[in-house]
Amino acid sequence: MAGASAPSASALSKGRIWQILWRRKAALLGLTLLVIMVLAAIFAPWVATHKPDAMRIAQRLKPPSGVNFFGTDEFGRDLFSRVIYGGRVSLTVGILTVCISCVLGVFLGVLAGFFKRLDTGLTRIIDAMMSFPDILLAIALVAVLGPSLVNVVTALGIVYTPRVARIVRASTLVIRELPFVEAARALGTPTWRILIMHVLRNLTSPIMVQATFIFAYAILAEAGLSFLGVGVSPETPTWGTIISTGQQYAGKADWIMIFPGIAIVTAVFSLQMLGDALRDMLDPKLRKDL
Amino acid sequence: MLSYVLRRLTGMLVVMAVVATMVFIIVRVVPGDPAAIMLGPDATAADVAGLRLKLGLDEPLFVQFGQFLFDLVRGDLGRSIFLDRPVTQALAERAEPTLLLTLMAIIVAVLIGVPAGVISAVNRGRFLDQATSSLAMLAASMPSFWLGLLFIQFFSVKLGWFPVAGYGPPGAGFFERAGHLVLPAIVLGLISSALITRFTRASMLDVLGEDYVRTGRAKGLGEGVVILKHAFRNALIPILTVVGLTMALLLGGAVVTETMFGLPGVGNLVVSAVLRRDYPVIQGALIVIAGVYVLVNLLIDLAYLLVDPRVRY
Repeated sequence: MAGASAPSASALSKGRIWQILWRRKAALLGLTLLVIMVLAAIFAPWVATHKPDAMRIAQRLKPPSGVNFFGTDEFGRDLFSRVIYGGRVSLTVGILTVCISCVLGVFLGVLAGFFKRLDTGLTRIIDAMMSFPDILLAIALVAVLGPSLVNVVTALGIVYTPRVARIVRASTLVIRELPFVEAARALGTPTWRILIMHVLRNLTSPIMVQATFIFAYAILAEAGLSFLGVGVSPETPTWGTIISTGQQYAGKADWIMIFPGIAIVTAVFSLQMLGDALRDMLDPKLRKDL
Repeated sequence: MLSYVLRRLTGMLVVMAVVATMVFIIVRVVPGDPAAIMLGPDATAADVAGLRLKLGLDEPLFVQFGQFLFDLVRGDLGRSIFLDRPVTQALAERAEPTLLLTLMAIIVAVLIGVPAGVISAVNRGRFLDQATSSLAMLAASMPSFWLGLLFIQFFSVKLGWFPVAGYGPPGAGFFERAGHLVLPAIVLGLISSALITRFTRASMLDVLGEDYVRTGRAKGLGEGVVILKHAFRNALIPILTVVGLTMALLLGGAVVTETMFGLPGVGNLVVSAVLRRDYPVIQGALIVIAGVYVLVNLLIDLAYLLVDPRVRY
């Protein structure tokens, strides 16, 4: 039944997905790098060579070496270990942002797309939310909620909700008119069951693609908020806070801002490569070219 | 056509009303007393009561909302608590660097993004296509403040080609002020060029498959003429859309770059307002920036009529 819908994840076998990934080397590279970063973050206590908060003033501002792979910061803390632990927070912010924006976005998008009476009102709300630049709305929300990790995640989740909602609405509008939904209606299937069993199941592909990009944008946005001093507390090591505190040592200890920056670029680049490949894979028009 | 414009204008007003409502709600959901938060922990009870009275916070919420909308329609965005001047005046004073930076950044982005997208599309599937697409994606993966820091270190500190930060000394001439924007514009333009590259590539690929392109080639026209005169001109609409939207987003979205380079623009004003809890400024800036975005969207749609004679409303 799902196969009768708009482009759907189930339309591609696992074998075909791997085949396409293998042919798109950039996407494969993205996936590999992402898996390595996630594993490094999960197993941070084993991967890190030092305790991330261990200060050794005698070792402050040391350049990269065999002992401190990425050098040390202004308190003599090992930068490699801080970048690994920072990845935990930055990636968690990304994942939680994806969760919040997907839950809210799917809720709004399905309501707008499935129930005609709600469409105009909800679409206006979605349009209004999208007329604020992401970072500006995030700053305003964090200003109101107060700077903390939870509030940063909440703000970013709200900021990216309309992106999901818009895509979900568009897909729901298509799915709503498909024969199997009409058939379910004719059989007297309750609306909630149609929404869960038929609509939501067929929304997996567009949500997956959007989630990958939101993950990437959230990592960038968190770093931006931390840099501006309106994000998480500077004591919490995230890639953004490490660069933010390291900028005052630019020219003297450039490695403090270079390595966390490379970590951000690698994570975001990997996610974008992966998102691009997923989108092409799940779009029947583009799939032929792969 | 007139009915289309009227319909779009009405839609725009509805969206702006929703924007205003959202901004009103955002500022009112502050946990605790907004007046106390704005004045800080050292404020006396009398100060807080005075500010509550001044901002009308003692009135019922719907009265506050009505007053807020009434002021908004009259173009009154309130008064900044810390700058002690109307928010509209504060925004107007900060508009020049933001407008100029946006304009310069978009020129850089178009100069990089459009040729890169065309080259990518023409060489579809080849090394040049993959290299261009990957580079564009790499640019879009960089945090603007990080790229800014690296560029300052290299181009300003090491090579001394550009000023490190700021907008020139007081009384600096236009070109001196604009000179301070070159490096931030390159940073923003480079990052924004990724989206333009992607859209140009996609739009060119669509057009390159059209019959008239094949006919042009069959007639023996040079590849350059086919690509630039036949394909590119017809691929312009989506490119214009993305250029316009990027410009609208940069007007309020260059917050980090403005702060990073110490530019006294609207973004910098918002960040200072956030750090000082100057809610009238946050509120006013959000409404103006969202309004500009909605307006640019409308103008882009209307521009289609001029660019593509096939478009009729």
